[in-house]
Amino acid sequence: MTDLILTPNIDGADDFYAELLTAHDGLSKEDSDALNARLVLVLANHIGDRKAISQAIKTAKLGR
Amino acid sequence: MTKIFETPLYAYKRSKDQGAGAPIRHKVVIIGAGPVGLAMGIDLAQEGIETVIIDDNDKVSFGSRAICFAKRPLEILDRLGCGQPMVDKGVEWDVGKVFFDDREVYKFDLLPEEGHQRPAFVNLQQYYFEEYLVNRVRELEAAGAPIEIRGGNKVTAIGTHDDHVTLEIDTQEGSYNLEAEWLIPCDGAGSPTRKMLGLDFVGRVFEDNFLIADVIMEADFPTERWFWFDPPFNKGQSALLHKQPDGVWRIDLQLGWDIDKEEEKKPENVIPRLKAMLGDDVQFELEWVSIYTFQCRRMEAFRHGRVMFAGDAAHQVSPFGARGANSGLQDTDNLAWKLKLVMEGKAPDSLLDSYNAERVHGAEENILNSSRSTDFITPKSEMSRLLRDAVLDLSEHHEFARPLVNSGRLSVPCTYDGSPLNSSDALDGPARTRPGSACPDVPLGDDYLLPKLGGKFTLLTIDADAPDMVEEDGITVARLALSVKDDKSGALKARYMGDATSAVYLIRPDQHVAARRPNYDDNLFRAAIRRATGKE
Ligand SMILES: Cc1cc2nc3c(=O)[nH]c(=O)nc-3n(C[C@H](O)[C@H](O)[C@H](O)COP(=O)(O)OP(=O)(O)OC[C@H]3O[C@@H](n4cnc5c(N)ncnc54)[C@H](O)[C@@H]3O)c2cc1C
Repeated sequence: MTDLILTPNIDGADDFYAELLTAHDGLSKEDSDALNARLVLVLANHIGDRKAISQAIKTAKLGR
Repeated sequence: MTKIFETPLYAYKRSKDQGAGAPIRHKVVIIGAGPVGLAMGIDLAQEGIETVIIDDNDKVSFGSRAICFAKRPLEILDRLGCGQPMVDKGVEWDVGKVFFDDREVYKFDLLPEEGHQRPAFVNLQQYYFEEYLVNRVRELEAAGAPIEIRGGNKVTAIGTHDDHVTLEIDTQEGSYNLEAEWLIPCDGAGSPTRKMLGLDFVGRVFEDNFLIADVIMEADFPTERWFWFDPPFNKGQSALLHKQPDGVWRIDLQLGWDIDKEEEKKPENVIPRLKAMLGDDVQFELEWVSIYTFQCRRMEAFRHGRVMFAGDAAHQVSPFGARGANSGLQDTDNLAWKLKLVMEGKAPDSLLDSYNAERVHGAEENILNSSRSTDFITPKSEMSRLLRDAVLDLSEHHEFARPLVNSGRLSVPCTYDGSPLNSSDALDGPARTRPGSACPDVPLGDDYLLPKLGGKFTLLTIDADAPDMVEEDGITVARLALSVKDDKSGALKARYMGDATSAVYLIRPDQHVAARRPNYDDNLFRAAIRRATGKE
């Protein structure tokens, strides 16, 4: 079990962010929401570590 | 042909207790001849404990309720002498398919583990199950066992005392009074006993209705469990198709909350729904149609002095996961031996508190699993539907999402982790046989392990020495000596030894592990026996 990484960890942060936005281009609100939901599941599975996922959920819920 | 559920199986007969001057006192009275009450009665009567089962009805369960019976309950039924007819008549299945919208998203195989006498599941109408239990009661009666079923007897009042319980019973010939040293209400989810004693039953109601139809059809659907999320024939809802014996198929259709139940139940409304699902050219006949709202709830405590609740009276779950009757049988399995020891004065009354502790734990597990399944099947918020649909979409192409799909987590035996009857684990063995676990079966040549364990305390030694018999404060424990060589398949080693080279297990009468160590140690095993009988 590892701790959730909350320091910069993505090379090319601007590229990543642009890619995320582009994925939503032209989608309806409904399709965008569905995409986000799938993305959360795919990423959570990739992380796998239950402790890190729990911390991620808490961090996201806190919103800060 | 009259169906078994239309035939009175224990019609009202006047008993000699009626009109007796003073109320007759019985050892044990069970309220309810449903599956749980019958199993409870059989278990006690097999042990020679005088038992009267009271039921206001005289037939088996009307229509079809439970259909899916899991391995552990079948093993318990083996001990009660009625596992075989269940397996002979039941339909075995391993494969399930999950559909989303108009497509099959994936297929699973339960891939049952080899080396168990009983299959992972059989499907069988509850009324057959109850019939086999009644047959077994009759068989025991004929052999002189002290058991009696009184149909047409309705319990109307209960009084509790320190050393007995009083009951008032209504019959077609008027009412009479009875006394019982111990009372076991198995009177179902609506338990009148619970209400008479003013006890709570709290939990969650799922605001949804399900149409449950049993249809008789000659159809070439395979023997598989098919589950649909949001299918074209039941938009926005779910559906299930599952096979039972005699060409009967179980169909569940989710209907939503705001419906008129009486309207929906009418054949002219049911038939078009089923045709939309099965196709226009399939010929079928309706055996039974009901509409249910599901709930997950339990009593805070199952034991109240001399009254021990079991089955649906104590806990209720939504049927996704088939945990109702299956867990009720685990209640009776847990209670019977404890009550016997307490009645015989071989264990303190407090042993019965462990029934409460262990089975509340079991009920919590079942409620948790059934609630989660229900939340997945019937999402109650926009976001839970969105996530659910995302899981289903991904599951079609990506294996990782399949374990998240929850159309019911099918009943598995409860492990009594943290039970006051467990001794701490002293074997470096497999987790599945740690103290508290139900013993997994193992093939032993032409035979199996579980029938050899039977329903008594056992000292199972595997490549270890121990006395053939240990007697500790009234509890006799016989040894069953095995060697890993007794099982060529390697299951005995894999399930009971792991990396250990020798093992000694103390096994309870309900075939749950109480203690295990690499070697026999007289002091420690005697302590374990005392602990397993509530004396430590
Ligand atoms: C649609 C559906 C599907 C299900 N599927 C499954 C499944 O696949 N697998 C599974 O394991 N479970 C399943 N269940 C649950 C299962 O049917 C119940 O858990 C089971 O019937 C409970 O048995 P019981 O003996 O506790 O209670 P019940 O079967 O309800 O029996 C209670 C008995 O008490 C009697 N009684 C009540 N009041 C009195 C009184 N005042 N005096 C005398 N007698 C009285 C009644 O006549 C009745 O005979 C399903 C349930 C439903 C509704």
